[in-house]
Amino acid sequence: MAAACAVAVRAEEPGVAARHGVEAKLEYCKTCHGLSGQGYRGYFPMPRLAGQQPQYFENQLRAFIERRRSNPIMANVAHVLSPAMISALAAHFKALDPKPFGSAPHGSSELGKRIYEDGIPEANVPACSACHGADGKGQNEIPRLAGQLYDYTVGQLEGWSKVRGQGSAVDTSAIMAPTSHNLTKSQVEAVAAYVARLQ
Amino acid sequence: MKRIGLTILVLAFAGWTAPSSAWEDGPAQVRNCTWCHGMAGQGYTVAPRLAGQRPDYLESQIKSFREHTRDNPFSKQYMWSAVAAVGPLEARDLAVYFASIAPKPASDGDRQLAARGRTIYLEGIPEANVASCYACHGPNAEGVRDIPRLGGLAFPYLKMRLEQWSQGYHSGTGTPMPTVARSLGPAEIDALASYLSFVR
Repeated sequence: MAAACAVAVRAEEPGVAARHGVEAKLEYCKTCHGLSGQGYRGYFPMPRLAGQQPQYFENQLRAFIERRRSNPIMANVAHVLSPAMISALAAHFKALDPKPFGSAPHGSSELGKRIYEDGIPEANVPACSACHGADGKGQNEIPRLAGQLYDYTVGQLEGWSKVRGQGSAVDTSAIMAPTSHNLTKSQVEAVAAYVARLQ
Repeated sequence: MKRIGLTILVLAFAGWTAPSSAWEDGPAQVRNCTWCHGMAGQGYTVAPRLAGQRPDYLESQIKSFREHTRDNPFSKQYMWSAVAAVGPLEARDLAVYFASIAPKPASDGDRQLAARGRTIYLEGIPEANVASCYACHGPNAEGVRDIPRLGGLAFPYLKMRLEQWSQGYHSGTGTPMPTVARSLGPAEIDALASYLSFVR
């Protein structure tokens, strides 16, 4: 009887080798990126993946694998993903539509809206909406920005060339390098606050 | 009636303590915490170290004991009644007080497991869907906002908490820890708790 119990308990025991497949991988992604893919604020901001463009999503995972995009955590995470798994994850997250994570500071949203819709011609900053869409949903390799975590967008725009487009391979992230460079800190914060609230 | 009983107990404790200059700058109720959490808040047996913990975390845990959302056995047995008379302002004062004390690492884990624990802490185990701890708890396990500092907590406490998450006990709301901990086996928990106990 005791032995039977011991076996039963053992079978229930959580273990590192026990979970496989797409469902287990999704649960793993969502421990950091939020239970509905809405993003999460840990020590680092974990970006929203919900509603993300699949082509962008897959490009970024490949960029982590090929070290074109530097991120110590995501390099390891992406390294073990098969191409089929990457496609399955991209399709799953595309279909999610939770409310924005929130936590963007109030106040600067008006300026953000103006920059997003009209750009800053005198500073050579094009309108974000020209590529990312008026609703911020993105298209193809151009990411969705709507509902993105404020801290994440600020961090990316401020450190663009340090974390993206590494190595010699051609990378679509180069498009954003001059624009991110031409934005001041307060303009970055205004745009990030604006897109954080877009549904 | 229960509340009166507790107040008497609190007063009795307060009157009991020998005069000590160490407490003069802290809130009055500090003494009641240090009975279990150690004279300088460095933790004692099952009572975790409070010194150097993130103040927002301490505050949120006092709230979760008050609201009975943190429901593991020791919380139920000790902390639910211990904080019953602690209001939000006192909770903030206590949190700020303990957060300001320099923490000492417990260093009571298995040194031979520490390297494995460090790897899991930083990278997780991607092929087994074990998430990196570092992403939320920070490069030096220092925590941020209401995400707790883990570095230097005692091995038995860290081990017990990691086990309890996957046993169905709760803490605050909206934490990913039950999912995270479910992916850890006993060997990973021992390694993580060992590594963290040495982090300064």
